[in-house]
This record gives sequence, structure tokens and C-alpha cells, in this order.
Amino acid sequence: MKRPEPVQVVKQRRDAALRALVDGVPYIQYLGVTFDRRGDELTGVLPFDEKLIGNPLLPALHGGVTAAFMEMTAVITLSWSYLWEDIESGSLDFDPSGGTRMPRLPKTVDFSVDYLRSGLPRDAYSRARINRSGRRYASVHVEGWQDNRDRLFAQATGHFVMPQRR
Amino acid sequence: MTDPDKLKLARQFIEAIPHSRDLGMQLTEMNDGVAVITMPYDEKLIGDPETGVISGGAVSALMDTCCGAAVMSHPKNLAGTATLDLRIDYMRAAKPGQQITTRATCYHVTRSVAFVRATAYDEDAENPVATATGAFTVEGSA
Repeated sequence: MKRPEPVQVVKQRRDAALRALVDGVPYIQYLGVTFDRRGDELTGVLPFDEKLIGNPLLPALHGGVTAAFMEMTAVITLSWSYLWEDIESGSLDFDPSGGTRMPRLPKTVDFSVDYLRSGLPRDAYSRARINRSGRRYASVHVEGWQDNRDRLFAQATGHFVMPQRR
Repeated sequence: MTDPDKLKLARQFIEAIPHSRDLGMQLTEMNDGVAVITMPYDEKLIGDPETGVISGGAVSALMDTCCGAAVMSHPKNLAGTATLDLRIDYMRAAKPGQQITTRATCYHVTRSVAFVRATAYDEDAENPVATATGAFTVEGSA
């Protein structure tokens, strides 16, 4: 029987792939969004920053920031699940120096955000669930929360066109 | 008609939004439920590194601000507003390097909800980049 790979090797490969995916998108860097990984599960993290405020009187997060954060979570989670097998098999090898040509990201067709309560001036988290992912289209639902996992401040649903394998 | 003092306050409010300022948004029109806002192209907004096309999320931020401005400029809404829901349809990629312009119309207002439609263009005004429909809260009415 083949011996299982050492855990550090597996983690390093997965983290390098995730980093390559996320670091390649300037807008994700601008918002300051990062992704926590537990196995194949991703959680988006949006650290609070003054520049993200949409209502200075409350103050509250900008609705557009919430929408963007949720959409980025959907896009990255979708790419991550689409690339997962290639990452695991090692056929998609991410060069830590950044030389790897990144796979194309899914394209958003539509995105609908439901604002449940105002975004507080503190960190926000998000997780996406892929409800359907075919060869061409995908439908994704995203939940966003702040202090309590059960008290969502926003949820969203969107449709995406998947990149064609090259 | 919208009260000019209220409009001036609403304009100042929109122009003071930290996130909108950070994205370089400029309010060019705001009156009677219609608002027009532009956003310059910036490399930090890129969502597709291969093509330089700006992220849908940046377009969302512009749409949300513009829809909110349209609601605030409507005579039946007396104070601020908050987004209840916003749906965006992305028709095509915006041309890299071009400014995005959004025009939002608040076409119906009840005692509690304002309904808004918006369209975003790059320099090709015949071909929208995205459209949005949203529902916003109405504040300050009895």
C-alpha cells in the first residue's frame, strides 16, 4: 500500500494554491480580504478598515463592500472547488515564486445580495455553498456574518459561467 | 421638486462616504430621484489579472452608492437610506482603462420602501456593462 503523504507536504501544496489564487486578484488585495482554510473549506475574512465605511453617521460598512466581499467569496470558493482535484493530484503545481500561469476565474452572470442588518465597523466573515456546478454554469449561495455565526448580516446568491479547461 | 437644502445635504453626505471617496467616485447629477456617478479606472479594482478587467465587486460598490443617492434625492424620502436588496446583472466586461458611469432612477417610493433601477456603462454608452435593481429603506416618513 502507498504510504500517505506527510501532512506538511499536503498543507504546503494546498496553501500555495490558495495563495496563488487569492494574491492574483488586485481587488481582493485592495479590500484586504483573506481566506482561512480548513481542509477544503474556505472562510472569507474581511478585516475592518475605515475606507470600507459607507455610512459615517452609524457607522456602517458600505453595501457595495458587502456585495464585493460576498462575490469574491463565491468566485474563490468556486475556483477552489473546480481546481481541488488538480491541486490534490499535483497536476496543477503552484510555483511559490509566482511563475505559475493562473487558471481563469469564473465570470459572474448575476449576483443578488440580501442585506439583513447593517454591517458593523468590525471584521466580517463569509462562506459560500455551491448549490450546483455544471460544465458551463454554477449557482452559489453565500452567507456573511460578523460577531455571531447565526446572525447573518447579509446573504447572497449568484450565477457564474465556468472557465473552459485549457 | 426636491428641497434644495435637503439636496445639498444629501450631496454632501454622498460625497463624504469614505469608501466612495476611496474609489474616486464623483457625483455628477442628483435630483428628483435620479443620480449619476462616475468612477475612474484603477488597477487596484482589477478582478481578472489576465485581462485587467475591473472586478464585479467594484461595479457593485458604484451601483450601490448611486442607487442610494437616487433614493436620497427623491422628494418622498426625507432622510438617509439603507440597502434592503440589490441584484446586479453583468452583461459584459468593462473595457480596461475606461471610466465607469452609473445612472440610477428611483422609480417608485412607498411609505417604507424605495424601488431603484440602475445602469452602468463604460465609454460605449450604447452597450451597458451591468444593470441593477434594488429595494432601499425609506426613512423619516410618518
